[in-house]
Amino acid sequence: MSSIKDKKIIVIGDRDGIPGPAIDACILAAGGQIEYSSTECFV
Amino acid sequence: MDLENQRRVKDIAEANGPENVMVILGAAEGEAAGLAAETVTLGDPTYAGPLTGVSLKLEVYHICEQEIKDQIPEDVYDEQISMMEMVLDVDDIVSEMQAIRDQI
Amino acid sequence: MNSVILSSSYVLVHTPDMVIHNGSTQNTERVVNPDSEYLKALPQHIRSFEQAVAYAPNQVYIGNKTPNFLNSLAMPWYDKPIENADKFGRFGQIMPQDEFYLLIQACDVFDVVNLEKNFVAEILPKFKNNPLIKEDIALRVKEGKDIDFIENIVNNEHGEGLYHNNKLVGSVTRGHDVDVNLSAHVLHENLVSKASSVLSLLQLIKNANIDANDVEYVIDCSEEACGDVNQRGGGNFAKAAAEIAGLNNATGSDVRSFCAGPAHAIIMAASLVKAGTYKCVAVTAGGSTAKLGMNGKDHVKKGLPVLEDVLGGFAVLIGVNDGVHPEINLDIVGRHTVGTGSSPEAVITSLLSAPLERVGLKMTDVDKYSAEMQNPDVTKPAGAGDVPLSNFKMIAALSVKKGQIERKELPIFVEKHGMPGWAPTQGHIPSGVPYIGFAVNDILENKINRAMIIGKGSLFLGRMTNLFDGVSFIIQKNSGKKESEAISEDMVKEFIAKAMRNFAESLMGGGNYDK
Repeated sequence: MSSIKDKKIIVIGDRDGIPGPAIDACILAAGGQIEYSSTECFV
Repeated sequence: MDLENQRRVKDIAEANGPENVMVILGAAEGEAAGLAAETVTLGDPTYAGPLTGVSLKLEVYHICEQEIKDQIPEDVYDEQISMMEMVLDVDDIVSEMQAIRDQI
Repeated sequence: MNSVILSSSYVLVHTPDMVIHNGSTQNTERVVNPDSEYLKALPQHIRSFEQAVAYAPNQVYIGNKTPNFLNSLAMPWYDKPIENADKFGRFGQIMPQDEFYLLIQACDVFDVVNLEKNFVAEILPKFKNNPLIKEDIALRVKEGKDIDFIENIVNNEHGEGLYHNNKLVGSVTRGHDVDVNLSAHVLHENLVSKASSVLSLLQLIKNANIDANDVEYVIDCSEEACGDVNQRGGGNFAKAAAEIAGLNNATGSDVRSFCAGPAHAIIMAASLVKAGTYKCVAVTAGGSTAKLGMNGKDHVKKGLPVLEDVLGGFAVLIGVNDGVHPEINLDIVGRHTVGTGSSPEAVITSLLSAPLERVGLKMTDVDKYSAEMQNPDVTKPAGAGDVPLSNFKMIAALSVKKGQIERKELPIFVEKHGMPGWAPTQGHIPSGVPYIGFAVNDILENKINRAMIIGKGSLFLGRMTNLFDGVSFIIQKNSGKKESEAISEDMVKEFIAKAMRNFAESLMGGGNYDK
């Protein structure tokens, strides 16, 4: 398990689970670097 | 996983080296989490997108997994995520994610 | 005074061949993987019209069964057909594909739709027999063309084929040689949306038992866009559908916000009526061809029939307060704002608890919530879970966080205030509105007092913003006062007397007016 801080982060959120921007807020607060963030929609 | 997202994952892994990239998922279901995790590690199991037959072996976690949760300031996690822990079947998501990681 | 919901309609169109030829999942597969096992297996997983009619969630959609009935039916539902199921229901009908092709032609005013003449001859009597199809619409169906003409359009002229029982029976011609916005594919998609909206409006007029000329304004809230190269989303599906449905006194416009569109449209319609701008407004939406068979790959892989084989349509009629029908309470409108954020807690707070708290209500004071009523029989096998259930769990979880219920009461809250989903996965169609028909009945029958309709939309799919969207509103029991009684003659006399007194006082220098 690596630290979030040491990696380039790709976020794949889910509209009906945790949306991308909510995950982004967590990653940024943890000092991570977001390369790409998206939210998927199955319906 | 969405075809455009697969393309972006592939491009970012190639540009930075797969060992330097981590994917964080927010899927609502264990099965969907497992499929997304499989796509960015072993390749697209639906044979539809750019990651078909491409084994990137990226490090991948769901945002609700303890390993990730531990790294996030508690107040931020509480505001952004915690309510959904009452909604999602976190145990199922964790076991699906672990099952994919075990195959790498 | 609050406006009221006078009536509603819910229709489905069974479109087995369109699943194969027009669904986006299948079209994408034909491009990236033309020889795939999925495309080969797909035709064996298509349901007959009778099977689609007997499917329990479809029977709930058109009002022959209640949402509660689905609670008593163990999942999965696709293998438990309803015996003697009727294609006509309390709220609407399930139209077969062949009749719908004739309706598409009736909706075409630019001669882009051509049907094969033997097909027309065979189906026209059946079409005329449909209780919603009056002579004015039946007369719009043309005699038909030879198959050679249609084959030429599809094979050589970039046309889109209309298939029935796997046979080419018609075509849609492209609207322009160069403009992709008028390609046969786009015109086909838009005509399908228009025709299913027309069907919903015809059903609405019948259900409400009103004169079609009483409707003054129509709002379309589907997810399609029509226009040409210079105004790609120019729009007004609403007026186009109103024309065919015979709403001669109406104009209209389109409201878009992905799946949140219908809830926005109903709030606007209720506001227009409450403001006195119009007396009678219809909100309508047709169905989406692109979403047919959206999760087909998973259904086929798991040996199920392709369950996304129907187009959905609905319409809601909003009018001035008659003292009887349930009111839309515009004092309790929830909205997800630009600044709300996208954490699920912030979203649910903005849509539910915040508007309720403003008027001193708790989450438990709303008898029924209707958020995203997608049929779980469709979504669960596709790994997308039970969307309505997870919405109700979110509402319950917020109630726990707010201290309005105990954590252990969460499942009880979900059961009491929620419902199983029954709507087809047609984007805007399942979004809160499927319950409106039942809500009106349940309120009129004193089973419930208050229901909340919640629309949520994924704006980020359009690549213009990462924001999410949503609005909510409350339907409640009528207070019993009519609009016409709100200002009685005595009150008017009293107003005049008071104004005269004030005027006299001001003349004598004893008033409160600025001098």
